[in-house]
Amino acid sequence: MDWAYFLQQLINGLTLGAIYGLIAIGYTMVYGIIGMINFAHGEIYMLGAFHSLITFLICQAAGISGILPLTLLLMLVVSMVMTSVYGWGVERIAYRPLRGSFRLAALISAIGMSIFLQNFVQIAQGARVKPMQPLIKGGITLMESPNFNVQLSYMQIVIIVLTFVLMVVFSTLIAKTSLGRAQRACEQDRTMAGLLGINVDRTISTTFVMGAALASVAGMMVTLYYGVIDFYIGFLAGVKAFTAAVLGGIGSLPGAMLGGLLIGLIESFWSGYLTIEYKDVATFGILVLVLIFRPWGLLGKPEVEKV
Amino acid sequence: MTDNKLLEVEHLTMRFGGLVAIDDLSFTARKREITAIIGPNGAGKTTVFNCLTGFYVPTEGRLTLSANDGPRLLERTEGFRISRNNGVARTFQNIRLFTGMTVLENLVVAQHNRLMDASLFSLAGLFNLKRYANAEKEALERAKFWLNKTGLYEFADWNAGNLPYGNQRRLEIARAMCVEPSLLCLDEPAAGLNPRESAELNLLLQSIRDEQGIGLLLIEHDMSVVMQISDHVIVLDYGKKIADGNPEAVKNDPAVIRAYLGEEEDDELPPEVAQDLHLDPKAQ
Repeated sequence: MDWAYFLQQLINGLTLGAIYGLIAIGYTMVYGIIGMINFAHGEIYMLGAFHSLITFLICQAAGISGILPLTLLLMLVVSMVMTSVYGWGVERIAYRPLRGSFRLAALISAIGMSIFLQNFVQIAQGARVKPMQPLIKGGITLMESPNFNVQLSYMQIVIIVLTFVLMVVFSTLIAKTSLGRAQRACEQDRTMAGLLGINVDRTISTTFVMGAALASVAGMMVTLYYGVIDFYIGFLAGVKAFTAAVLGGIGSLPGAMLGGLLIGLIESFWSGYLTIEYKDVATFGILVLVLIFRPWGLLGKPEVEKV
Repeated sequence: MTDNKLLEVEHLTMRFGGLVAIDDLSFTARKREITAIIGPNGAGKTTVFNCLTGFYVPTEGRLTLSANDGPRLLERTEGFRISRNNGVARTFQNIRLFTGMTVLENLVVAQHNRLMDASLFSLAGLFNLKRYANAEKEALERAKFWLNKTGLYEFADWNAGNLPYGNQRRLEIARAMCVEPSLLCLDEPAAGLNPRESAELNLLLQSIRDEQGIGLLLIEHDMSVVMQISDHVIVLDYGKKIADGNPEAVKNDPAVIRAYLGEEEDDELPPEVAQDLHLDPKAQ
């Protein structure tokens, strides 16, 4: 057993998992509050990636891309804001009019929205792969062994730390603030929440906005980490994050994060030790197994019918 | 008395297709009074509540609520604003607590609007600014008050769904009161309570009426509750009002007796029933 190799895969897996986790939170929050799978969420993440790239190009054109922290901050803020607008708009246009309709209607609408956003970006930005130059370079060599050096890049540190911070912030928001309480109340009984004076529509919109903001952070991180994006990245990432949300227990916030990390680790170890071609098969195999044996996920609660 | 008027229902009619659930119902509920709505099953009592709380838009009629800041029309108000602007709170026949939250959270979530106003889109809450901290302290105080009042203080950190049935009923009332309503609508609050709990409930409702100075609207099947605590009773049958008055008068109203016991073709009570009623009017 080569521990250096193992450690490297662990680091790569955690980084990837953090990104999946950030996207999975959006799925899980939306599912929690309105009980639907927002299949357009992967596209929201893709939009986040594009907006961060566009912001970077604008910064470059304006000649401020030399000031790295400012550029990164602008990229983060602009892509979060723009993507939130998309998230809000998707809910407003495609889901709200269908609320109260049969369950499948919103699902079909979500798939339609996903296809629409993909094609919109394909037409507006072109179908070619967009390159992004690495902004955060370098890293630390954690361990040197005769045939392998374990690298922890600064980019990976940024991803993991940022994810951790956002997790803490959003968990606090849900657990401690009035908005979070209202979200949990809407999750359980929307009518009752309305009767207590909670603006249910606005609470749902806020949930979409929060999910979109987190997905846009994931999009920006992926842009910086891998250096290439295209209009199609949202699909696979979205389905994997969805798998993560189901694995962790859909509706559960820590579950989404845990599921994301597990999916990231499984993918990374599978690629590292078995066959890289089959890594997606492994991920979706997990989804199937979870759905068969533990449909409520690792941290979710089984729905108990109370008499 | 007129200045005490809280809720005025005028010619309320609710039709579902061909079915007339409420037919030209008019009544008045006053502040500092418990107004009971009784009637046989299917008389349309809950439908009245649903119209008042924005679940249904009435087919005809006007619902005027004169809260502190002047009269407002309930049927023109969006669902979630009914409690926010007009101060109508409600409990349900089948309890609807937020079972996944603690007892205390159930009470705090009912004060969402005040907290939200103080929280600047949650930013203040996240960074625990003073403005929000104060509002939250106030909300907790109010929650504590109602926990004490309903005898649920020791259960504050329990999961609401794990409370015994009687306590869940009381928690629902406490939560409704945390909205700080001017009109509290209670849909069968005594259903499923044992006699002791039912007596405690009577005391609670009376103290809410006397101390909070709000109006209570009560749907109840348990006549002991209705007769003991209500100031004003309205009897519905097939969506129509058949009696309106103080409990004593309503109890002896022949139309009410007929509605409850059924009526014969020739409009006469069966002799043994008539006899029972004459011998013991309290049997009703």
